[in-house]
Amino acid sequence: MKLTLSWLKDYLETDATLDGIVDRLTHIGLEVEDVEDKGKLLEPFTIAYVLDVKQHPNADRLHVCMVDTGSGDPVQVVCGAPNARTGMKAVFSPAGTYIPGKKITLGVGVIRGVESRGMLCSGMELEISDDHTGIIELPDDAPVGKSFAEWAGLNDPVIDINLTPNRPDCTSIYGIARDLAAAGLGRLKPLHIKSIAGEGKPPVNVTLEFAPEDARLCPAFALRLVSGVNNGPSPDWMQRRLKAIGLRPINLLVDITNYLTYDQGRPLHVFDLKKVKGALVVRRARDGEKLLALDGREYVFDHDAVVIADDNGIESIGGIMGGENSGCDETTTDVLIESALWDPINIAQTGRRTGIITDARYRFERGVDPAFCVPGLDMATRMVMEFGGGEPSEIIVAGKVPSVKKDIDYPWSEAKRLTGVDVPKDRASAILLGLGFKIEDHRDTAVIHVPTWRPDIEGKADIVEEIIRIVGINKVESKPWPRLDAGVPKPILTLLQRRTRLAKRSLAARGLMEAVTYSFISKNDALLFGGGATALELANPIAADMSDMRPSLLPGLLRAVEHNVVHGQPDVALFEVGQCFTGDEPEDQTIRAAGVRRRLAGARSFGRDWRNGSEPVDAFDAKADVFALMTELNVPVGGVQVVPGGPDWLHPGRSATLRFGPKTVIGWFGELHPAVLKKMDIKGPLVAFELTLDALPPPKVKPTKVKAKLTIPEFHPVVRDFAFVLGKAVAAADLVRAVRAADRQLITGVEVFDLYEGGHVGPEEKSVAVAVTLQPVERTLTDADIEALSQKIVAEVHEKTGATLRA
Amino acid sequence: MSDFTTIETNLINEINAAADEPALEAVRVAALGKKGSISELLKTLGKMTPGERKEKGPQINGLRDRVTAAVAARRDVLEQAALATRLAAETVDVSLPVQEAPENRGRIHPISQVIDEISTVFGDMGFHIAEGPDIETDFYNFTALNFAVGHPAREMHDTFFMHPDANGERKLLRTHTSPVQIRTMLAQKPPIRIVVPGRTYRHDSDQTHTPMFHQVEGLVVDRTSHLGHMKWILEEFCKSFFEIDQIKMRFRPSFFPFTEPSAEVDIQCSRKGGEIRFGEGEDWLEILGCGMVHPNVLRNCGLDPDEFQGFAWGMGIDRIAMLKYGMSDLRPFFEADTRWLDHYGFRPLDLPTLIGGLSLT
Repeated sequence: MKLTLSWLKDYLETDATLDGIVDRLTHIGLEVEDVEDKGKLLEPFTIAYVLDVKQHPNADRLHVCMVDTGSGDPVQVVCGAPNARTGMKAVFSPAGTYIPGKKITLGVGVIRGVESRGMLCSGMELEISDDHTGIIELPDDAPVGKSFAEWAGLNDPVIDINLTPNRPDCTSIYGIARDLAAAGLGRLKPLHIKSIAGEGKPPVNVTLEFAPEDARLCPAFALRLVSGVNNGPSPDWMQRRLKAIGLRPINLLVDITNYLTYDQGRPLHVFDLKKVKGALVVRRARDGEKLLALDGREYVFDHDAVVIADDNGIESIGGIMGGENSGCDETTTDVLIESALWDPINIAQTGRRTGIITDARYRFERGVDPAFCVPGLDMATRMVMEFGGGEPSEIIVAGKVPSVKKDIDYPWSEAKRLTGVDVPKDRASAILLGLGFKIEDHRDTAVIHVPTWRPDIEGKADIVEEIIRIVGINKVESKPWPRLDAGVPKPILTLLQRRTRLAKRSLAARGLMEAVTYSFISKNDALLFGGGATALELANPIAADMSDMRPSLLPGLLRAVEHNVVHGQPDVALFEVGQCFTGDEPEDQTIRAAGVRRRLAGARSFGRDWRNGSEPVDAFDAKADVFALMTELNVPVGGVQVVPGGPDWLHPGRSATLRFGPKTVIGWFGELHPAVLKKMDIKGPLVAFELTLDALPPPKVKPTKVKAKLTIPEFHPVVRDFAFVLGKAVAAADLVRAVRAADRQLITGVEVFDLYEGGHVGPEEKSVAVAVTLQPVERTLTDADIEALSQKIVAEVHEKTGATLRA
Repeated sequence: MSDFTTIETNLINEINAAADEPALEAVRVAALGKKGSISELLKTLGKMTPGERKEKGPQINGLRDRVTAAVAARRDVLEQAALATRLAAETVDVSLPVQEAPENRGRIHPISQVIDEISTVFGDMGFHIAEGPDIETDFYNFTALNFAVGHPAREMHDTFFMHPDANGERKLLRTHTSPVQIRTMLAQKPPIRIVVPGRTYRHDSDQTHTPMFHQVEGLVVDRTSHLGHMKWILEEFCKSFFEIDQIKMRFRPSFFPFTEPSAEVDIQCSRKGGEIRFGEGEDWLEILGCGMVHPNVLRNCGLDPDEFQGFAWGMGIDRIAMLKYGMSDLRPFFEADTRWLDHYGFRPLDLPTLIGGLSLT
């Protein structure tokens, strides 16, 4: 919402400075976004007379001008404008002036050997137009030596307010003046609108053609004819104000509607009587009806739009924009002025669908003061008559201006209750009265009548806001907030929150960097990782590759890896802990932790290294990550089943699913499937894991923090190595399990320390060596004891896995 | 006598001439071994008369002791030399590098770090961390929060929508963390003290806007908490979070459908040389929106606004991270460029605490 200072002062009698007003506006909730003070900016620019223009001796395109600036001797200026000529009036800036359009401060210069002590300016250099083809030419009567800005009426500062959508009353300059007056910044000048009776009915009738349930779409439509109008240009002062706030003056009638839109927040529309055929009907549009609107574009409507039509069809989009065919131009003599009320929701919807942004839509969708519907029409009529002459008809009103009477029971203690600020009752009432509220006081409470221009005020809290924003919300004093429980704060995180935090820290401690990638990914990536369902597809994605909610963290991490590879970082280890989506219900959202390692970014060694060589990552790097993570998260890893083969996007022979049972899958790890990488156009080797944190079992709850009693055995442990030859397909874990089964008491550890294939070992076999720890409990083991147990181990392993001791 | 002297001189010379351990051992065995020359001399003592023995005994024993000592001394020298040789041979190039430790290489993303910092401060004040789904219904994201259907306030949120379901209802990606206010108030009775960090989504993209970003919401509902308490909480939070002693805040009236009265909060700062510093300067920087919970919101959650009251606020996590740690562009937050993560990320053991400080540097 833009306004100028002088315009504001039409309604606000004040001594306040521009800065004072701007500051106050922000403090009462009308946040000033920008102030453009052209008068101040253009202060050094004066009107000058060009006494003489000569060709520059050393440059074809330059002139040497002698300029009478109105004081002192003529000033020599070198000027490149093609329109510089003797006898013209122009805008002059002396050396030392800041030129806004060029963002430089002008100095005394020597241009191609000729001294120049100032500048004749173009519109662009002054930032008052886009014209840079030549210097500004002023009329002959422009007074030499006077301030250009003042003479041109540019010295009216423009204030731009970032208006919140709840304040339709401040879409008018009058409303802003009222707020400032209530805030103690001056006196609001009363608005005296005398109603104009007019003579005779307008020659065009209006009907509202709505089903009863649609009556809200246009509750009232007032219309009047003014005949015999001279529709020339509007007065200079009006044009200046309109230009200052960014509007283009058109003609008197159009300018008056625009002027009152800002002045009173009352949008109006004018029809040229001779272009209207038959009666006006306000109705829903018919599907497919079209209108060439005032913006020169054609719009096609459906049943949801509300329009004003005559026998020619649609003439105007109600409350949004008029039509090209019935608009007023300089030939208009008889004008129909419309002042109507529209349904804010319908205006907003039609506005969104058509994409039309107008000052009328801006106001109607926020809510226009219904009580001002007819007075606004009278105000417009008076302006038309004053500046364009003409004879008014009577006003006809189709429908009925609705009553919006609203009373609020208000306890005077409410402001204190919600804000902590004690506002004395007389101060509070003065503020409310200033804002146009009426008060019926009953000592501790009051009945407050809400003015018709404040649809945003619904209850007590709104009244508190009115009081506190004028008193100053900054006056609220901070007050120490008591703890609910005195004493040391209790832990606040849930198990899942603790695990989420811990997962991040422990993965980072394993050398992975935390990525935060977008929750939406491309359709193709989603499909590759088990997603892509319609329920998880955005109807309006911001980009084609951000269309689907991610089913897994992997695709985003892989794209992040790709980003790094493209930017010259081939060895990448990343993780993410975040939400994934298997459906659109809250319970379909889970927190997962995933990690990915590429090329030489291994868990044991990173990059090329003189000690560790340059082994590329394999599935065991991912397995190491996920087992370390589970251990950190207090998951009983002994009970986790590692089932060969993972989801489709993993190498079937180099991946596994992690689970506690068939129905309690908690994650997976492995090498990425080469076909998936090819489809994503990413090069490996790449390994990854993913763990669903919600699926992990909670740790056992213990009654106290006491740890289980520790018993350190009295006798030394004995370690014996065994090398077995077994079928390639037999799992090493089964071998380990078989060893353990040989003696569940004495055998306390089984470590696989060697894997050997090829050489002496047959092609379908492998050799696995294990170190078995025997922990004596009652006495030291004799050689015979150990030999007996060794045989038992070999027998047990052979029986369970078919393995034999390696020769 | 001269015999012994000769033997001794010869032996000592041989001992000192022994170049290594085996040579020395050979000399020792030749002299002191079972059949060594000195051992043979010692054997003669038994056949001597007491007089002879008295005379020769000390001489032979003295000879043995001196030779034994000389062997030991020589052995020591040889061992020292051998050790010196071995040590020289074992020398390594200590300038060779070791790998950077994983716990030094890994990084925590600034967003996670800042969420931990926020949780630490608000946790101390007795707030719990609440969460909610990213895919929301219109009810939780808008209607229950007092966004009237068709009101322009809804337009301020550039919403991502899912496809309409069979009933024509379309879900959306939450545009703010405020729906968790509703979910919490419907699920538990006051007093309520929660903060809600999380992902939020708006159809917007430029240097300071990404289609996904992070917010943290605060909500207090009880029978007495008012704007003065909220101001104190926010001041204390900002001082603690930004780790400065003084902070000047400015409250400006504003509008949010779900609070009344509503305000935006600016903090005073200076922007010398493009660096933002709080607690000094003349500029104001908008940092959060807040207000008293709107009576309609309380009613929508089954709470009587004449009995219960409270306040709520919301701010951008990415934004305060940028302010505190000096990133100027939001987009790299979500690119996972390892150079960016290495520079702006945090070490895994940089755990924010109140006793040690939120940030350790």
